[in-house]
Amino acid sequence: MEILISIVVGILFTVGVYLILSRNMTRIIIGTGILSHGVHLLLLTMGGLKQGAPPLLGEKAASYTDPLPQALILTAIVISFGVTSFFLVLAYRAYKAHGTDNMDEMEGAKSDE
Amino acid sequence: MNNLTIAPLLIPLVTGVILLFLGKRLILQKALSILSGMAIIATSIFLLMDVLENGIKTYQVGGWQPPFGIVLVADSLATLLVLFSSIIMVATTLFTFRGLDLERKNYYYYPLVQFLLTGVIGAFLTGDIFNLFVFFEVLLMSSYALIVLGGTKTQLRESLKYVLINVISSAFFVTAVAFLYSATGTLNMADLSARIAEINQPGLITVIALLFLIVFGMKAAIFPLFFWLPGAYSAPPPVISAIFAGLLTKVGIYAIYRVFTIIFYHHPDVTHYTIGILAAITMIVGAVGAIAYNDIHKILVYNVVAGVGFILLGLSAFNEDGLFGGMFYLLHDMLIKAALFLLAGAIVVITRTTKIGQASGIIKNYPLLGWTFLAAALSLAGVPPFSGFFGKLLLIQGGFAAEQYVFVAVLLVSSLLVLYSVMRIFFQVILGEEILPDVSRRGNVKGLVYPSIFLLFLSFLMGMGAEAVYPYVADATNTLLNPELYIDAVLKEE
Repeated sequence: MEILISIVVGILFTVGVYLILSRNMTRIIIGTGILSHGVHLLLLTMGGLKQGAPPLLGEKAASYTDPLPQALILTAIVISFGVTSFFLVLAYRAYKAHGTDNMDEMEGAKSDE
Repeated sequence: MNNLTIAPLLIPLVTGVILLFLGKRLILQKALSILSGMAIIATSIFLLMDVLENGIKTYQVGGWQPPFGIVLVADSLATLLVLFSSIIMVATTLFTFRGLDLERKNYYYYPLVQFLLTGVIGAFLTGDIFNLFVFFEVLLMSSYALIVLGGTKTQLRESLKYVLINVISSAFFVTAVAFLYSATGTLNMADLSARIAEINQPGLITVIALLFLIVFGMKAAIFPLFFWLPGAYSAPPPVISAIFAGLLTKVGIYAIYRVFTIIFYHHPDVTHYTIGILAAITMIVGAVGAIAYNDIHKILVYNVVAGVGFILLGLSAFNEDGLFGGMFYLLHDMLIKAALFLLAGAIVVITRTTKIGQASGIIKNYPLLGWTFLAAALSLAGVPPFSGFFGKLLLIQGGFAAEQYVFVAVLLVSSLLVLYSVMRIFFQVILGEEILPDVSRRGNVKGLVYPSIFLLFLSFLMGMGAEAVYPYVADATNTLLNPELYIDAVLKEE
């Protein structure tokens, strides 16, 4: 199971990197979203995907899944959510100011004000 | 149990939250910011004395025994850095009284700086690798907001790149943590160190170590990963650049020092030698960039890059002198980079341009500013009465002791180039025939020079009174060289 998920994570990383290397701002942001998706999945996988009950003590199971990676992922998700929303608004403002969503064209505009 | 350890973290956090409610009451905001800085300075000095006397202090958040809970660790190094960060915060806040436009001040500049400081101090004090990630994000989020505050075209463009780079490096950070967790099953730094020592750092762990080097190197702007810094640091107003240059890259450097002395220290021939090569190239790139540009901001920004190289060379030598020199130079560099950026801000207020050659002869009308800049330039290059000298001297001694002659040669040559780059500003902008915009168009620099004089005075004290600073830095070096001290302090049974 871990091998399968690792391959999926690898594909997500590839897609993320490919999109980040494009010129269009929206594609770049989608790329970062996919990249962080891959990272969170990796965190889950690296914690081990052994069989076990969900980490709720009320389940009274013999073994539970590792609760630590889940807490880490939850933290990482809200952080990347905050950053992504900031990034989207920033891209919107940059689009308004520069009149383009192409990173290359933005580079040409040196003048301020 | 000592609650004082967490105080430097709580003070800016609480102040920041209070400042959010104060909206446009600027006098209150300024007063509270200064007060918070003073309080952190006082507690960290107190903490520093305590650490020197009684050894490393730990604080178990929530009372959970490490490695199960999050632990804050105040050793000499972390506490010194907390002290210097708060000094820089106070100096830059003093500069904003006159040196920042009203619009930016009205839109949450002061709370953002407090949150930035929370992140920086948290990153210095934490003893947990995932908590380090969280504090990195705290400081990065504040820095995103600060870099774009004001929303000019240049700022928008550069902050897009800055945010993108940091999103990617954060993704790498989480990846590295995931790998490390799967290899060791713990996140506490002391416990990580103990477990990696047990398995004697196999190749897999060394790969993870290099992944951490990429992550922190992106924050610290070492050689192949520095490309985002020149644009990002020259876009925002000078105060914000000064905070960034004084604090942000230094957090990355601190993280590299921490991780490669406490956790991954078993194969220095691979990891530390790689750091040495990268540091040497970073110095060359920084020095070349600094002499290549005719723009004051760009020159200073490339000096930040060169400074990162100098500091990391101490880690590559990995002996007592090298680490001591690195630590001393790190502290010196925080002061002097902030001072230089603030002075550049004052110069631009007068000349209305950042280009060298379009204005000159400031010294006739503004002698204090001119001589302060000269002092800052000499301190940066490492001329004896100032603090830059001892750091570089010990870095060179450490390099010789580790037989890294090439690296030492690079250090000396790039010091010379760094001196040339700042003296060029001095000779062409400050000295020379008077070519300035007429008096009515010049801004008012009253009060803009004093914060830099304050920082330079501290640098002078560090240089003259190196003996007084010595025990603290030596204690920090001792902890870096002997990870057992750190592990024992964190994992001891109560």
